[in-house]
Amino acid sequence: MANIPQRIIHEYLRHDKKFPHVWCAGCSNGIVLGAIIRAIASMDLDRDDIVMVSGIGCSSRMPVYVDFNTLHSLHGRAIAFATGIKMHKPKLKVIVITGDGDCTAIGGNHLIHAARRNIDLKVILINNNIYGMTGGQCSPTTPHDAIATTAPYGNIEPDFNVCNLAMGAGASFVARTTAFHVLELQGMIKDAMEHPGFSLIEVISACPVIFGRLNKKGGAPQMMKDFRDNSVPLAAVAKLPPEKVEGKIVRGILRREIRPEYCAEYAALSKRVQAMGGE
Amino acid sequence: MPKKDIKTKPAPKAKATNETLAVKPDSKLEEIQATRERKSVLMQGNEAVAYGALDAGVNFFAGYPITPSTEVAEILSAELPKRGGVFVQMEDEIASICAITGASLAGAKSLTATSGPGFSLMQEGIGFAKITETPCVVVNVQRMGPSTGMPTSPAQGDIMQAKWGSHGDSPAIVLYPASVKESYELTIRAVNLSEKYRTCVILLLDEVIGHMRESVRLPDMANVRVINRIKPTVPPNWYKHYDENQKYLSPLASYGEGYRFHVTGLTHDSHGFPTNKSGEAGEMMDRLRKKISYNMRDLVQIESYQMEDATIAIFTAGITARAAKAAIAMARSEGIKVGLLRPLTIWPFPDEAVRKMLRNVETVIVPELNQGQLIHEIQRLTKDKSESNLIAMQRVNGQLITPNDILHKIKEVS
Repeated sequence: MANIPQRIIHEYLRHDKKFPHVWCAGCSNGIVLGAIIRAIASMDLDRDDIVMVSGIGCSSRMPVYVDFNTLHSLHGRAIAFATGIKMHKPKLKVIVITGDGDCTAIGGNHLIHAARRNIDLKVILINNNIYGMTGGQCSPTTPHDAIATTAPYGNIEPDFNVCNLAMGAGASFVARTTAFHVLELQGMIKDAMEHPGFSLIEVISACPVIFGRLNKKGGAPQMMKDFRDNSVPLAAVAKLPPEKVEGKIVRGILRREIRPEYCAEYAALSKRVQAMGGE
Repeated sequence: MPKKDIKTKPAPKAKATNETLAVKPDSKLEEIQATRERKSVLMQGNEAVAYGALDAGVNFFAGYPITPSTEVAEILSAELPKRGGVFVQMEDEIASICAITGASLAGAKSLTATSGPGFSLMQEGIGFAKITETPCVVVNVQRMGPSTGMPTSPAQGDIMQAKWGSHGDSPAIVLYPASVKESYELTIRAVNLSEKYRTCVILLLDEVIGHMRESVRLPDMANVRVINRIKPTVPPNWYKHYDENQKYLSPLASYGEGYRFHVTGLTHDSHGFPTNKSGEAGEMMDRLRKKISYNMRDLVQIESYQMEDATIAIFTAGITARAAKAAIAMARSEGIKVGLLRPLTIWPFPDEAVRKMLRNVETVIVPELNQGQLIHEIQRLTKDKSESNLIAMQRVNGQLITPNDILHKIKEVS
């Protein structure tokens, strides 16, 4: 990773009227935003060409703070809006910021179909295992038995494996890391930005104020330590005995493959149709 | 250009040009356009909508198949790629309205077409397009009944939904054609108004108009007036996405042009940044209202038919107005002085024209294919008159109100 000075973050933020931000102390969203900015700053990208689209939720408040083309859209629909933007102007780099509820509950349909089309969107899914904005209701990624305000006796539903869902639907770049592993995240974002196709990065993140408190996770620093101690890099998984992997967060690029990208396919179709007309 | 038969005419060579009308062979549209000045062509209302969209410069369509609107999507899936436009079949109608809004923010002229169930799903997205002042057009070819209802039968049940369907009290521009030709014209007008007023404009078609075939002579493209959104001329750091100094019709930048603006469905200030201040929130809501209510003369379109000496007026829209015209011809031949007032713009409601009508006639008949929607608006305007002269005529069983039905009612009240 290139050596990026700290000031770079400030250069990419909007300074008029947008701060203080809405996030709680100890929230991971700022860490992810920092990683995104550093990853983009390390690449030769014109910020006029970057669009950041989000849905509704804590993480989805991110676009207003950054000096890109930004769209804070409807709950669950960020990928659908992003599809419209990308299809009309394929030269734009479209980043979707979404959360576990936004992307896998109300927006699940758009997620799987965008992955199936392999449209070149960069989805950064910040998974804090709960609906934070509305005060701590259980989400599709709330672990079994965890407490939420709508699961006061423990969650009886199994949780989504978001990366497997995306891979099953056809996403061509899928990665997972945690908010603790910032440099790894930064590298993954850069890799995703360079990947031609639907990319999803799941960032396991800490919501110490709601999820952490309801589930006695011991506060933000302890949750960060847990991410460090309870995760294994993908490369190590094969070498470890199964019991050491059981229940751990597997980090790494789970899939990276090149297959036809939707905007490129559409451009080729358009060209073919137009050539037919000119014969 | 010589007159040619549409079925046997060979496809002419397409020219390599970027013009909107660089059409390609094997296309009914091209045939129409090659001969449009001279020839009448038999086409459906849905076809006319698709051709109107193309002539208005629509270059982005996202939609989901639904009867009775599907032909619009089918035609555009064939035509848009030829012109460098985009057609995407989305996973549902929610995605469709979101995709056309996103595309519009990136600079596209965008449109989608649907019917009742899809229109219901789109309501949240329509509200988003309105609060963010993003131009787009939703065509709703109405079917009968709530839920799935009767997908291939006509009704005029979405008149109120088109105005009030999205939560949170937003003004609406809704157009309502009564013929295939008018479907073409009002589609162009809907796209133009969406660009001018920066809002989601709704075009309501009756199922029978969408599927009815009529002979239409499309105008020469030189006679088609196309309005494009105003682009900002200020440097990016001066740009306000909702410029309060521009009489509510402010310039609109697109993503990727250096303006790097923010768009949110939260109440926002003139830069587009979210705000909770009641002053700014109130101003934003006022702006949405005023850009419609200050421009009634431009927005309202109404047909006044044989109203000069009428003592009985019929007020209705769409296909029911066609039946009314036939009934008027029959009634007039019997010496009954009856006329028709037909809104082409149903929202904003043509209050002024209706008030004038109410002053001049004794009786108003309001036939409509629903359980009473337009009539409520007339009632609202008759508060100083006896309502006994306001005659409702409603049918919701999948059948049309026929000229004879209306004639019968005219005779009853005359």
